Amino acid sequence: MTRYILRRVWYMLLTLFIIATASFFLMKILPGSPLNAEDKLSEEQKEIILEKYGLNDPVPVQYAKYLGGLVQGDLGVSFKFDNTPVTQILVDRIGPSALLGFQALIVGSILGIFLGLMASIFRNSPIDFSSTIIAVIGTSIPSFVFAGLLQYVFAVKLGWFPVALWGTFEHTILPTIALAIHPLATAARFTRTEMVEVLHSNYIITARAKGVAESGIILKHGLRNALIPLITVLGPMAVGLMTGSMVIEQIFAIPGIGEQFVTSVMVNDYPTIMGTTLLFAFGFILIILIIDLLYGLIDPRIRLAGGSK
Amino acid sequence: MKKKYAWLLALSLVLSMFLAACSGGEKNTADDDKKPADDAPEVEQVLNFINGDTIPSMDPGMVTDEYGIQFTAAIMEGLYRLDENGKPTEGIATKHEVSEDGKTWTFTLREDAKWENGEPVTANDFVFSWRRAVDPNQGSEYGPYMMGGVIKNATAVNKGEVPLDQLGVKADGDYKLVVELENATPYFESLTTFPTFFPLNEKFVTEKGDTYATSADTLLSNGPFKFSSWTSTANEWELVKNPDYWDAKTVKLEKMTYVVVKEPQTAVDLYEKGEIDRAGLSSDLVDQYSTHDDYTVEPDNSVFYIKMNQTKNPALKNVNVRNAIARAFDKQALVDEILNNGSIVANGLVPKDFVPTPDGKDFREASGDLMEFNVEEAKKYWEKALTELGTDSVEIEFLGGDNEVSKMMNQYLANQLSTNLPGLKVTLKEVPFEQRLELDTAMDYDMQFAGWGPDFLDPYTFMNLWLTGGGNNQMGYSNPEYDKLINETATTLALDPEKRFENFLKAEKVLFEDAAIAPVYQRAGALLVSPKVQGVFTNQFGATYEYKWASVGAEE
Repeated sequence: MTRYILRRVWYMLLTLFIIATASFFLMKILPGSPLNAEDKLSEEQKEIILEKYGLNDPVPVQYAKYLGGLVQGDLGVSFKFDNTPVTQILVDRIGPSALLGFQALIVGSILGIFLGLMASIFRNSPIDFSSTIIAVIGTSIPSFVFAGLLQYVFAVKLGWFPVALWGTFEHTILPTIALAIHPLATAARFTRTEMVEVLHSNYIITARAKGVAESGIILKHGLRNALIPLITVLGPMAVGLMTGSMVIEQIFAIPGIGEQFVTSVMVNDYPTIMGTTLLFAFGFILIILIIDLLYGLIDPRIRLAGGSK
Repeated sequence: MKKKYAWLLALSLVLSMFLAACSGGEKNTADDDKKPADDAPEVEQVLNFINGDTIPSMDPGMVTDEYGIQFTAAIMEGLYRLDENGKPTEGIATKHEVSEDGKTWTFTLREDAKWENGEPVTANDFVFSWRRAVDPNQGSEYGPYMMGGVIKNATAVNKGEVPLDQLGVKADGDYKLVVELENATPYFESLTTFPTFFPLNEKFVTEKGDTYATSADTLLSNGPFKFSSWTSTANEWELVKNPDYWDAKTVKLEKMTYVVVKEPQTAVDLYEKGEIDRAGLSSDLVDQYSTHDDYTVEPDNSVFYIKMNQTKNPALKNVNVRNAIARAFDKQALVDEILNNGSIVANGLVPKDFVPTPDGKDFREASGDLMEFNVEEAKKYWEKALTELGTDSVEIEFLGGDNEVSKMMNQYLANQLSTNLPGLKVTLKEVPFEQRLELDTAMDYDMQFAGWGPDFLDPYTFMNLWLTGGGNNQMGYSNPEYDKLINETATTLALDPEKRFENFLKAEKVLFEDAAIAPVYQRAGALLVSPKVQGVFTNQFGATYEYKWASVGAEE
C-alpha cells in the first residue's frame, strides 16, 4: 500500500510538472501584457517596466527561473497585487472555496444517494418520478441560472437568507445549494441505475432467501455495491464544483479562489494564473488519488496492497 | 401499504430539502449589524458601499487602476485636492507661486499636516516620493507617464541617463517645495491632486520595504480617512475618519465600509435590501430601474471615437471618405438603444462638462458641434470621394472590441455605414482589448473603435493625442497647423490662458475639418444612489469620488 501511494505521489508530481510547463507556455501566447496603463505608456517606458519584472528575458530563461522558484515552493509575486506573494493570495482565498465545495459535495452526494436509493426502492412510483425530474432539472439548468433563481426567491423575495456576501453560516447556504444541485442530480441518477441492477443480482436473492431483513439487504448488500460506480463519478463531480464555483462565487460575491482565477486571467497576472492553475490541478489530482484509495476501501476486490508484486 | 408509504416519503423528501435550506436562516436580520439605524434620532455617519474589485495596490507611486487611485486619494493627500467644482483647493500646500517663465513652481506647505504616526508632512516627503515614482528600479507605470515631459528630467531619470537627484524637485527647508518643470504647464496644479504626486514618508516606506502598502499596518495616512482593516487581497475593508488629518473638523463621515461585489444584479439586490448605499447599473438593468427614485446618471469624461488609419487603406487617406464616414451613423440611436446608460452623443473631441474656457463657458459649448450625424452631407462627401477615387465600391475593415456591448456597437456602426454610404463594404474584426492595442501600435487596422479618458484637467490631455508622431496617434494623422496650435499651448502660450484656449478651439476645428476621427459618444454610468449619501463629489479626473466633504443625511 505504501509503495503504491509513493508511486502515485511520484506520478502526481510528474503530472504537476507537465501542467506547469503546459500552462506556462500557453500563458506566454496570451495576448497583452500585465501592464495596466498599456495604452498610455511609450514603448520605451514599457521596456523599463517589463525589464524589472524579468519579462524581457528569453522565454526559456523565464521558464527555468519559474521552475526554480516552484521547486523551492516559491510561486512568485503577483503583478496585480503589488508585493503580494501568490501563496498569500491563494491561502487567503482558498478557505471559502474549499468550504463551499466541501459542503456542496457532502450535501449533493448524500441527498443524491438518498434520492436515488428511494427511487430504486420505490421504482415507478411518484418518488421515482420526482427523483427523475429533480435529476433532469439539476443536470440541465446551468448553475448560474439556478443560483440567480435561488437568490431572487429565497433572499430578495422571501428574505430568508442573505442576498450575497460572506461571513456567517447563513451566507453559505444558498451558494451551497446552487453548487450542490448538479452533483445531487448526478448522484441520484447513478445510484438509482446501479441499485436497480444490484437488487436483481444473485447475491441479493440469496440474501433474501437467507431471510436477511430488507433494510440490511438494501444498505449492506445493495448500496455498498451500488456505490462503487458512483465513486468513479466523484472525481468529475469535484472538478465540476471547482469550475462551477467560479460562477457561483461571482454571483454571491464570495471571496474565493475561482473568482480570483478569472480576474487574474483578465489582467494577465501571470504568477497568480500559474499559482491558481497549479492549485486546481493539485486539488484534482489529489481527489483522484483519494478516490482510487476509496475503491479499495469499499470494494475488497480492488484492494491494492495485494495487487503489488 | 407500499404505495401510501411512497407518497409520504416523497413529501418528506421535498420538505426536508426546504428544511435543510431554512435552518438557521431566520436570525439573519437580527445580527446584521452593518445596517445603520435609519430612524435613530442622530444619524450615524456611516456609509456602506460596494467595490467592483479588490484594491490591488495602495502604493500611490504604483497605482494605475480606478480603485487604487480612489482609495489612495481617500487616505492620503497631495499638494492640492479637488473641490466640489473640480477646482484645486488647499491640501498639504496652502499656496504656490509660479515664476515668470512658468517653469518654476514654489509651493508653501502647511506646518500642521501630520502623518498617522505623528511625524510632520514635509517637502522632503514629496521629493522622496516623486523621485521614487520615476526611479527605473521602482517600475512604476504612472510615474514616467504622468511626470515625463512635465517635471524636469523625469524622462531622463526614468531611462537611467541622469541620477535621481537631477529630477526637478527640491525641498527648500521643511515647508517649501520647489518644482522645476520642462515647460510651462498651466494644468500642473490639478496634476498635484493625482496619487502619483502624493508625498511618502521616507523612513516608513524604507522600513516596510516590500511589505509597504500591502496592508492597513504598512500604510501611513495623511488624508481625511484611514483604513481600520485592509490587506491587498481583502474582499472587505473599512475606512474610518483620520483624527490626525489637519482638516479633521471638516470631515463628518465616521466610517465607510466596502465589500467586493462584481455582479451588477447582486449589487442591485443588496441595494434594494438596504445593505448598501450605492449600486452601479449595467445596461441590461437600466430599463428596469430607470424609473426608480434613486436612479441617477453620472457623467464620465471618457470619449469614444472611430480612428481612421491613413497609412493602411488608401481610401481613408481621402479626406472626403473620412468626412463621409464621420457623418454617416446615427449616434443618438446608439446611445439610446445600445448603450442605454446615460451616455451622450459626442460631436467633438473634448468632452462636455470637463473644462471651462477662461470666460467661464464649457469648452464643448464654446467649440460647438463639429461633427454631427447628417446622412445627406455624408452622401455628398461620399459621392465626391468615389469620383476622386475613381471607383464605385470601397472595402474597409472595422476593428472593435469583443465584449457583448462592443459587438452590438460594432455591428450597428458597420450596418449604418454600409447602409448610408452606398458602395461601402465594412468588414468587422472583433478582438480583446490587449490585442486591439497591439494592432493599434502596429497601425495594422483601417478603422478602429477607441476611446480616451483624461489624465489631467486640461484639453491638452485629449488634444495632444493627434500630434504628428504622437505615441497615441497611431493612425498617420499629421497636420502642421494642428501641431503648431497645440504645441504653442504647451510652450509660448502656456501662460496666456485666453490665447491658449483660442488655440485649442481652433485646433479642434482643424481636426474635424480634416475628419481625422469620427466622434461617437461620451460615456456615463447609471447608478442607484441612496438619498442619504450627501456631499460625495464626482471628480473630473483621478479618483472617481471625493469623500472628504461627505456626510449621511436623514433618509426620507
